[in-house]
Amino acid sequence: MSNNVAIELVNISKYFGNNVANKNINLKVNSGEILSILGENGSGKTTLMNMIAGIYYPDEGQIFINGEEVSIKSPKDAFDYKIGMVHQHFKLVDVFSAAENIVLGLNEKFNLKKAVSSVAQIAHKYGFEIDPKKKVYEMSVSEKQTVEIIKVLYRGADILILDEPTAVLTPQETQKLFNVLRKMKEDGKSIIIITHKLHEVLSLSDKVAVLRKGEYIGTVNTAETNEAQLTEMMVGEKITLNIERSEPNNVEDRLIVKDLDCINRDGVKVLDDVTFTARSGEILGIAGIAGSGQRELLEAIAGLQKLDSGEIFYNDPKTNKVENLRNKTPIQIRDLGVRLSFVPEDRLGMGLVGNMDIIDNMMLRSYKNGHSIFLERKAPKDLAENVIESLNVITPGATTPVRRLSGGNVQKVLVGREIASAPTVLLAAYPVRGLDIGASYTIYNLLNEQKENGVAVVFVGEDLDVLIELCDRIMVIGSGKVTGIVDGRTATKEEIGLLMTKTEDKYEKEEQ
Amino acid sequence: MLSFIISAIRLGMAFLFGSTGETIAEKSGHLNLGIPGVMCVGAAMGCYAEYLYLDAAKRNAVSVLAILIPIAATFIGGALMGLLYSFLTVTLRANQNVTGLALTTFGVGLSDYMINKTGPIYTKGSKYFTTSLPFADDLGWFGKIFLSHGVLIYLAIIIALLTSYVLTKTRVGLHLRSVGENPATADAVGINVAKYRYAATCIGCGIAGLGGLSFVMDYLHGNWEYCIDAIGWLAIALVIFTVWKPNLGIIGSIVFGALYIASSYITGVSFAGKELFKMLPYIVTIVVLIITSIMDKKENQPPLGLGLNYFREER
Amino acid sequence: MGKENKKIKTVPFHIVKRDPMAWYYNLLIRAAAVVAALIVSAVFITLMTQKNPIEVYASMIDGAFGIKTNNVDLRALRIWSLLQNVAILLCISLAVTPAFKMRFWNCGAEGQVLVGGLATVMVMMFCGDKLSMPVLIIVMVLASVTAGIIWAVLPAIFKSLWNTNETLFTLMMNYVAIQLIAFFLKYFVKSGSGVLSPMPQFGLPIIAGKDYLLNIIIVAVITVLVYIYLKYTKQGYEISVVGESENTAKYIGINVKKVIIRTLIVSGAICGIAGLLLVGGTNHTISTTTAGGRGFTAIMVSWLAKFNPLYMVFTSFLIVFFEIGSKQVSTDFRIPNAISDIVTGIILFFIIGSEFFLQYKIVVNKNRKENV
Repeated sequence: MSNNVAIELVNISKYFGNNVANKNINLKVNSGEILSILGENGSGKTTLMNMIAGIYYPDEGQIFINGEEVSIKSPKDAFDYKIGMVHQHFKLVDVFSAAENIVLGLNEKFNLKKAVSSVAQIAHKYGFEIDPKKKVYEMSVSEKQTVEIIKVLYRGADILILDEPTAVLTPQETQKLFNVLRKMKEDGKSIIIITHKLHEVLSLSDKVAVLRKGEYIGTVNTAETNEAQLTEMMVGEKITLNIERSEPNNVEDRLIVKDLDCINRDGVKVLDDVTFTARSGEILGIAGIAGSGQRELLEAIAGLQKLDSGEIFYNDPKTNKVENLRNKTPIQIRDLGVRLSFVPEDRLGMGLVGNMDIIDNMMLRSYKNGHSIFLERKAPKDLAENVIESLNVITPGATTPVRRLSGGNVQKVLVGREIASAPTVLLAAYPVRGLDIGASYTIYNLLNEQKENGVAVVFVGEDLDVLIELCDRIMVIGSGKVTGIVDGRTATKEEIGLLMTKTEDKYEKEEQ
Repeated sequence: MLSFIISAIRLGMAFLFGSTGETIAEKSGHLNLGIPGVMCVGAAMGCYAEYLYLDAAKRNAVSVLAILIPIAATFIGGALMGLLYSFLTVTLRANQNVTGLALTTFGVGLSDYMINKTGPIYTKGSKYFTTSLPFADDLGWFGKIFLSHGVLIYLAIIIALLTSYVLTKTRVGLHLRSVGENPATADAVGINVAKYRYAATCIGCGIAGLGGLSFVMDYLHGNWEYCIDAIGWLAIALVIFTVWKPNLGIIGSIVFGALYIASSYITGVSFAGKELFKMLPYIVTIVVLIITSIMDKKENQPPLGLGLNYFREER
Repeated sequence: MGKENKKIKTVPFHIVKRDPMAWYYNLLIRAAAVVAALIVSAVFITLMTQKNPIEVYASMIDGAFGIKTNNVDLRALRIWSLLQNVAILLCISLAVTPAFKMRFWNCGAEGQVLVGGLATVMVMMFCGDKLSMPVLIIVMVLASVTAGIIWAVLPAIFKSLWNTNETLFTLMMNYVAIQLIAFFLKYFVKSGSGVLSPMPQFGLPIIAGKDYLLNIIIVAVITVLVYIYLKYTKQGYEISVVGESENTAKYIGINVKKVIIRTLIVSGAICGIAGLLLVGGTNHTISTTTAGGRGFTAIMVSWLAKFNPLYMVFTSFLIVFFEIGSKQVSTDFRIPNAISDIVTGIILFFIIGSEFFLQYKIVVNKNRKENV
């Protein structure tokens, strides 16, 4: 390993309006070294990297590449300094092929055939699998990531930045990726990887830089640190993940889901024979790689997704009548007297309207109440004030557009509204994604409260530690199939991780 | 029949210029509803330049110059309109639909004003434009259909084919399409989104302007008519009709031309009935619009980033 | 570019999105834009006419308010005409607003107004002498509203069924309407001139001896109604939700298709009324240019006012003032009438461009040497 400093940041700061995204950050990466940037969601990791990649321009501070001060005004400048970034949200043109995407933006002579062969060469060198002629819209997430990485390598990048590369990968794909990254490191490249997963940091990197709320906390050598120290740096104080979990009370079958099948627009079977029961007074967790059918499942129950077959029975606690919710619209479901609340994954795109104020957002569920043609804003206003007060929403007032609130406060508004209608079933998709620890705990407590009130809670999560601590039962799905349902009190991460990646033929092989 | 086809081709090429220009702009992500105004201004600039040149040169006018000067003036006039549009939408990030409509209002007004100043007859200039190959008439119907046209007609086809080639086969085309499909991606790989959008829109508007000139010089034989904006709207419709493919546009534009003039060639229809016939191209466009939307094929969809302005630091 | 370049390149400034600002700052920027537009258009006209710009302004204001004339009747006529034009433009702007709030780009107001007018003129022509005045008016209203609705709802139906592009659909419908009128004029005008002579005897009633008062009152009422509809009714709320996010609308169970069609019925109906006012209350005849491009100008009026009906009173006044004013300039200084379109265009460019300064700010980068 050489001691040549590939890139150094000195006192970098970036502001968005009045929000401080980064404040006085200092970083140093040598060539042939892997640096992890660790921090919670919203700690400013991505913003910082975007400044190196030329997407944002720093408000203050200096950047040095190989010891020389540089000004990176655009992604093109970044490439000229041999910096390449793989963004968390892939930046690929859907209707282009892999090769077209890879050569995009280069000034060499346009020759797709040559490009295809050099792509194959790079893939071979680092052990990627890729079909250069495949169109991006036909690709899986991991294939798209491969295209992104090759795109960066094809440009001869010496400094690679990867933003949350493992968030969408299976453990096996993650291992493959890490092997590739190690090969690159041996090749003398500097790698910066953004993550919030501790075990990945420890297994892969040489050094770890920690950010917290936009501020630089420090850099430590991986060999000299441990999970406890990193966690402390990351969250500021020692927090053991300790969510109170009460014993389920008055357990009844509330939602009986049978043999759901759903085929999406592209002809892919996104739900395949999904069968399970959600019980009152219980939190049912749903684990799985992102995009395994979680969204479709919840949307199907909430009446937003058409099903090809299967039934969804709702057992009314008051009348004991059983209603079939299959292919009913949200309005029809509500008219049946089913009190079903849904906290969707896409908060500002689905659950709330960003440009409307908190009061008008509170009204989304209830605006139709009453027979008048006019809106009634008194009750929503009271509800808004109530939610702001009881959930500690930080906002200038109830008439502030929700778009201007921070992620955690947006989520409090959404969850607050959904539980205000005293639901019997509460569906929540990734309710703590992007939230800081404090806000996350507020949400966990709310879910627990609902459970104790006898609500059947369905919680789709991504952090296995949280699922194991919070849920009474955990259902695992992979590629639209239920691969197992385990007890939250006894399950281990390894067990769930295995179920997440289990596909049918593997399952059969193991049985043989 | 023969004169019907020839007229359809001549009118069609005005559409073709317009739709090729609009396609280039749309591929960069600009839904430019200012094309009607651009075509008006282009035509007016060309006519005005021709008027000035012929006035200055008197009898010594050289036919090459009498053709090139208006073409250059038209292109520059169109491109300047494109520059204005791009400045508002790219640099100042204004709403594209509103900017386009304002551009049309402005362009129609400006062209009316310019034409009012010179008097609306350019027959003298038109003669230079409609001069065709000398032996075209000797080759019967073949010569009349394919060889009897002025230089702008062939220019339209060449530009359409060239655009088609550049869009699909070259790096510039690849970059341009990426800017229109996904500007954030293009930006991340170092393509200058603003530069491409400016360039595509200015060149596109320059080409569209030639459509206005072709309409006046080739189709109207130099008689200015205040309906170039209608041609412009149809040119925009033609872009959809030909699913963003300028080479298909060659056929499409002739079809449009034929539909547009069909009323004057159909016999046995009353004077009033002909007005109903003039609805045809609009109705056909509506039908095509409906059919393509029902078919909903991925490759026939507009560029993903169409109509959206790009701001890198958007959060 | 790259390492060999020893000098550090810095950008002099960069652009960032700004937080929403106080209302007076918004107002200031808009006012500045209007002033800048005034200066540029005055310079433009001055160049064309070689006249003193002050005279040009005076002529503009004269055109709108009749300040130069001592003839009281002429002055009243000009002011009434100004108000009448504001009313019609405002009416059409109000019509497109519900659709725009829903992000349905209804560029077909021109056609919707024209068919509304056509329906009115046909009622006047064929039923004028057969029906009593009150019945005639009712039939005229029904006919014009129905015609406007048909023209608007067709694109809406296809939009909701197959997501057919509404911008182009509505644009094409404009020309179908124009041809329909051209056909009507050639077919029914017996002289063959294609010009229908006015039929004031069958027009809308005149209130208090003022020709245009009824129009103005009707539009004022519509303004208030549209404002209330959008802000305080459940349907208006649904329009906002669908416009902001179709996903949210589906999530809470709004039938998006129904809302699109219903909103375009409202939109088309108001356009139909605008046609009625233009034909029945103003011109008492029709031609292919009766709408005079107002269908397009209305889009800009509505957008400039941020879809707020009350602001639209000001934006439509502004546009009409410049239009009429520059027409007066063209008469006074004997320059082509087209000058009014040019001036309108310039005004629009400035106001459209000024939006930038409301949403973004330019940050001048500090000199790095000072920092080191």
